Amino acid sequence: MLHLPIPPPVPNLTVITRRTFLVAGIAGGAALAAAYWLRDRRGHRPVPATGTPLAGLDPDAHAVMAAIVPVLLDGGLPSDPPARAAAVEETLAAVALAINDLPPAAQHELSQLFALLAFAPARIALARVNPPWADAPPAEVAGFLDRWRDSGWKLQRAAYDALHQLVFAAWYGNPRSWPRIGYAGPPALLS
Amino acid sequence: MTAPVTTTLPDPFRAGIASGWTVIDASTLERDETLEVDVAIVGTGAGGGTTAEILTQAGLTVALIEEGALRTSSDFHMRESEAYPDLYQESAARRTVDKAIGILQGRCVGGGTTVNWTSSFRTPSVTLENWARVHGVDGLSAAALAPWFARMETRLSIAPWEVSPNENNAALARGAAKIGIPAAAIRRNVKGCWNLGYCGMGCPTNAKQSMLVTTIPAALERGATLVTRARAQAFALDGDRVAALTCVAMDARGGYPTARTVTVRARAFVAAGGAIGSPALLLRSGAPDPHGIIGKRTFLHPTIISVARMPERVAAFAGAPQTIYSDHFLDTLPPDGPIGFKLEAPPIHPILGAITVPSHGAGHAGWMRELPNLQVVIAMLRDGFHPESTGGTVMLQDDGTPALDYPLTPYVWEGVRRALATMAQIQFAAGATRVMPVHGEGTGYSRWSDARAAIDGFALAPRTTPVVSAHVMGGCPIGNDPRRAVVDASGRHHQLANLYVLDGSLFPTSIGANPQLSIYGIVAKLADGLAATLARATAAGPRASS
Repeated sequence: MLHLPIPPPVPNLTVITRRTFLVAGIAGGAALAAAYWLRDRRGHRPVPATGTPLAGLDPDAHAVMAAIVPVLLDGGLPSDPPARAAAVEETLAAVALAINDLPPAAQHELSQLFALLAFAPARIALARVNPPWADAPPAEVAGFLDRWRDSGWKLQRAAYDALHQLVFAAWYGNPRSWPRIGYAGPPALLS
Repeated sequence: MTAPVTTTLPDPFRAGIASGWTVIDASTLERDETLEVDVAIVGTGAGGGTTAEILTQAGLTVALIEEGALRTSSDFHMRESEAYPDLYQESAARRTVDKAIGILQGRCVGGGTTVNWTSSFRTPSVTLENWARVHGVDGLSAAALAPWFARMETRLSIAPWEVSPNENNAALARGAAKIGIPAAAIRRNVKGCWNLGYCGMGCPTNAKQSMLVTTIPAALERGATLVTRARAQAFALDGDRVAALTCVAMDARGGYPTARTVTVRARAFVAAGGAIGSPALLLRSGAPDPHGIIGKRTFLHPTIISVARMPERVAAFAGAPQTIYSDHFLDTLPPDGPIGFKLEAPPIHPILGAITVPSHGAGHAGWMRELPNLQVVIAMLRDGFHPESTGGTVMLQDDGTPALDYPLTPYVWEGVRRALATMAQIQFAAGATRVMPVHGEGTGYSRWSDARAAIDGFALAPRTTPVVSAHVMGGCPIGNDPRRAVVDASGRHHQLANLYVLDGSLFPTSIGANPQLSIYGIVAKLADGLAATLARATAAGPRASS
């Protein structure tokens, strides 16, 4: 039996840390440091580098996404209130599943984005959403999304895009969304 | 509501496994594994699959290493929500470092060939001439490659598609004709195609002649070993040779490495993990790179999108997805002039449509309600030919996984503006009542003159103008000059005697066409040479094997 160690990284390689780049760019170093300090004090789970991925959205991510989903999907959800609530819940669940299927580096990045948005000073200063996410009026959430979509800051646009992609993929992958968009689903192949 | 479709169609891959093919799912390994073969092949896409068939036909033993999972026709339910996480890199959400370009890339047995849209073009002559003239590439002229293209066209049933195009493609042909530019039919690698339109989610009927149903089964039938859910971590180097390949087993979902390893010892090693995976493997291995070129000059065919609403039903989710193209804006521009582009049509399924339509709320929902009437044209920009088009760089993240940095330069944006205007013109000519050049908050225009004026004024910028790519090329270029090429004319690494690169990372520039047939033809030629080299070494005795 041949035993070969996995070689250590070669020193002269170009090594980048994409997640740090993204979040530091959005927040600036100080806000980021504060967000992390608080996050650690609140006993958040670190994302493991190997092993079992996180199950579901952590509380930070859930609070942010629960506020954002109905605003992004406004006009695309069922109008009947119970069906609408179910659609939002299913979208949140599908977002959680999608995040679990992302590679570790992308999970780290999203986890940091959610931590940042959940950090009250960042929510107020960067997202310009004053109440906690759970109480934020849809118009205020929409204002945040519009500003980040149109931001002159490439990295805020990138964060908007990540949220856009997660939420729209989660809802329009759900067969419940299909009747409204005239899609009958894939053809049946059985004879 | 539709239940998942169950099917009683044949699944030849599962039947093959039942008949005794050697397929190891590394996520289930309980102890470390060691394999000894003539050739270890990393990757099972167009390059790895083609290589495996040719080497096993020559009587060599091979192991195929695939990071993704094995999914076969019984698993293909034509559902985006299953297909993207199961079959694509990073759940189809892979992006360049600054997030400006989304990359659709396969990650499964068969690689990109399992999920591509079947478009088949020989490498354009202008591209091959540029490689010979500018990049010192010998032996890959159109004449030298013609028999190899012919061989692979026969092998993969690449032929003209005789069925009428779906309306999404027909509109492209109609609009092109109206504005006076030529368009033509795309050849496809299909046999008995049902014209369903779900090629991108894995072909449920095995009509698409991907590596999953052709070369890989042929190699397995001849005794090849296929290891899935195994990430090729690094080559172990011994002087100017590769001694072994170390792989880490991934978990069942494929995201995280487990503690198990698979070690492959072989006479020769082939990197065929695609133009992000192959350079990354060489970088992780510390392969000699005296001129710092591994992973540089990585090309994408940066692709932009124009969405139109047609008065009649289009149903771009049904029917062969990509059957019409126009090369007018490639053929009328010199490759090293302003960036040229190929025009094609993509399929539009709910997720692909929803993540493409910009913005949110009522505007987004409005476009989605029109889904059956939406028609989409894409422009693929030909990168890598102009001095200002040097492509991107594959880098390693701190966990060893790759990322691609691809700056979008003014040279590219100039072409983006021209292409957005052209696509809108074609769509209005084809009868569109509204056209949205995909940009900003997704404004639509009801007249060509309004769209034209708006496009002229667009502030084009990363993430304001979505750019996507389904074709990653380059990073380990072929060529005679070791200062500019990673591998020589035979595909062999310039500094490592028994390491070959046989996939799309060989290309010194982009192709200027959907690349699958370029990979098949070029790799077939080089793999045939590798088989002959190994046979000569065998005849000369084991000590001479190089």
